Amino acid sequence: MTHLKKIFLGEQGLVVIFAVAFIIVSLTVPNFLSERNMLGLLQSVVTIGIIACTMMFCLASRDFDLSVGSTVAFSGMVAVMASNASGSILLGLLAAVLCGAVVGTINGVVIARFRINALITTLATMQIVRGFALIASDGRAVGINDPGFYQLALSRFLGVPTPIWVMGLFFIVFGFVLNRTVFGKNTLAIGGNPEASRLAGVDVARMRIWIFALQGIVCAVAGVLLASRITSGQPNAATGLELSVISACVLGGVSLAGGRAAMTGVIVGVLIMGIAENVMNLLNIQAFYQYVVRGLILLLAVLLDNLRSVAGRQRA
Amino acid sequence: MQDFLEFRSISKGYPGVQALSDVSFAVRKGAVHGLMGENGAGKSTLIRVLSGDQFADQGEIRIDGEVQHYRSVRDAFHAGVIVIHQELQLVPELTVAENLWLGHFPGKAGVIDRRKLIGVVSEKLADIGIDVDPTAKVASLSIGERQMVEIAKAVMLDARVIALDEPTSSLSSRESEILFALINRLRANGTVILYVSHRLDEIFRLCDSLTVLRDGKLAAHHPDISEVTRDQIISEMVGREIANIWGWRGRSFGAERLRVESIAGPKLKVPLSFSVRRGEIVGFFGLIGAGRSEMARLVYGADARRQGSVSVDGAVVPADSPPKSIRAGIVLCPEDRKFDGIVQGRSIEENMTISSRRHFSPFGIINPKKESELADKFIAKLRVRTPSRRQDIVNLSGGNQQKVILGRWLSEEGIKVLIIDEPTRGIDVGAKSEIYEILYGLAEQGMAIVVISSELPEVMGIADRIIVMCEGRLAADMPRAEFDERRILAAALPDIKSSKDLPLTQVW
Repeated sequence: MTHLKKIFLGEQGLVVIFAVAFIIVSLTVPNFLSERNMLGLLQSVVTIGIIACTMMFCLASRDFDLSVGSTVAFSGMVAVMASNASGSILLGLLAAVLCGAVVGTINGVVIARFRINALITTLATMQIVRGFALIASDGRAVGINDPGFYQLALSRFLGVPTPIWVMGLFFIVFGFVLNRTVFGKNTLAIGGNPEASRLAGVDVARMRIWIFALQGIVCAVAGVLLASRITSGQPNAATGLELSVISACVLGGVSLAGGRAAMTGVIVGVLIMGIAENVMNLLNIQAFYQYVVRGLILLLAVLLDNLRSVAGRQRA
Repeated sequence: MQDFLEFRSISKGYPGVQALSDVSFAVRKGAVHGLMGENGAGKSTLIRVLSGDQFADQGEIRIDGEVQHYRSVRDAFHAGVIVIHQELQLVPELTVAENLWLGHFPGKAGVIDRRKLIGVVSEKLADIGIDVDPTAKVASLSIGERQMVEIAKAVMLDARVIALDEPTSSLSSRESEILFALINRLRANGTVILYVSHRLDEIFRLCDSLTVLRDGKLAAHHPDISEVTRDQIISEMVGREIANIWGWRGRSFGAERLRVESIAGPKLKVPLSFSVRRGEIVGFFGLIGAGRSEMARLVYGADARRQGSVSVDGAVVPADSPPKSIRAGIVLCPEDRKFDGIVQGRSIEENMTISSRRHFSPFGIINPKKESELADKFIAKLRVRTPSRRQDIVNLSGGNQQKVILGRWLSEEGIKVLIIDEPTRGIDVGAKSEIYEILYGLAEQGMAIVVISSELPEVMGIADRIIVMCEGRLAADMPRAEFDERRILAAALPDIKSSKDLPLTQVW
């Protein structure tokens, strides 16, 4: 019993639980382990996975970002419209990234310089940006003119679709940034104790602005890939995405109180979200139930985290 | 008089540590009993066992001859045992009266009887001589007043035993006086007071009897405090004679290093000017609220300056930005380690290199080998007691945390001015000497050091020069040769005339 407890409540508890769940699901759910299904599963979590990278930084520094879903829709929209208008996909991509960066920077400046609560600020920008997406397209989907744009999502390298590669690359890059750079360590320090970090010489306001700006840029990348996959700019795309991304991060052990985050945890969190959905699809469970299950998984993860920190305190 | 509170062979172990072993002593009814010992000597554990927060592995507590079997803080409450911790347990947004009734509001069917709520409290407060408005919100009170409210709460619950854990650590001397008067009144009522403190002068003033703990064991029990001396207690605490814990030694000073000219900020209205030379340790003394920490924060750029300039070696330091101050060579070890100093949840290593890591991080990529070397170097140099640099900093004692924060600045490059605010608050005697030794070493290397302290013996013990602050102004400036306890205190105390229209403590 104590042995079991150690495994599940230890540092790598989530990974162990994930592995166990994965094995059980592979053995019991038909077609789950097929290459086709695996790639489909990974495809389905690309948007969440990419954005979770920067959301992890945001949460680790005690901030919060609700505007990611709107930014994804808006930047996807901008990418499609700009490339349609200019005839250049590259120009479309640059415009999207620029828009993402602007939204993120505005979030950051309002939160860090004007000291407005992050929840309120991003709740506001979430609606404003969604509004922009709707205004720009008059509320309709905008189709992609240049078929080359589809290739962003459709092209494959070594049999694996490009978006999955992009997600993998982001995982590696942001894992490195978190653990091995001044930026990452300062992010964790700010989350641990913002005032102490400021007095220790960390430029807290600038750090927070950068984190939000990065978040915006990453959202734009995710937005472009999403637009390419759904072959159009959709003003209503990615609604509710912010909650899925935050769920995945929390599942992965990122503390909402800041100061604690790990890339492996977030990856596992993203995959758990994906697998849950995928399995329910394979088992033909009605979509309505999926909301309930997703909520339950999140609750369980938070409870587990709580148990773990209690166990940790007893050990100390 | 017979023994009222008895500890009988109390033992308590945590994994890896025997916090208390076989501790027995007794306290008479109506006595104020001192409990002393270095940090980690077992005082807190004993208090926790008494409060019902933790259970002894062995032994028993008797109150008025009865063995106590309580298993929770609530049970201890009912047995009349109340512990007042350093972190006060009041709800800031409720009024004094509401706080005192919290948990058992008077009234019917959930509707509070306001008249009784306030009436009983005003009576009680008047009874024990506490001058606080029962309808005031706790958030509007000073720390000293809040502590009074906590004690009033204990009295309202008919406490027979009240334990006070370092009650004066955040009080000004005037507030302490009021607290002492209150303790004397409680003693007269027959309440047993267990008084935990690091301050010998308070122990001698207040206590009738004294117990000294060392390494979880009873080091000495003095039923009558008049039969012991300070030196005896200190040697009982540390198990060795410390003749002079300050260890001050003469030093020669160089040219002017830090120059502060007419700085003022939102909380410090009167412009301040002073300077510190190379190798000089200047002590800033004053009552709590005299503006010393505010001065330090202005110099360091932690708060925005309204006017004035700070220069180091003749070069002006840009205002209001800690990173720029650090690059100019000014650093600050803040007063409140928990809120402004340490980064909780992160390792010793990360806490130490938080500022200096930029020096070995080309393109922002940290060189982990250099980082760990640097951390290990300063852990060894400053003798931080820890199994590993990867330990979470919250697991360290106060003294070791302070050393890590010193290490944060010593690992920086080109530090010329060190401002250290309350360098040894909550730190045990042994670690204190080590920290003083570090400061002397830095001064000898030519650093200009500003030490802010509320403990007069400490300032007099380690400083080469003392600047006294009073109500946001510089009140005196004297070299070591002219140190005089009475003069320093006199300068720190506000005029009687002007103090009348000031609140008990200036809340900055």
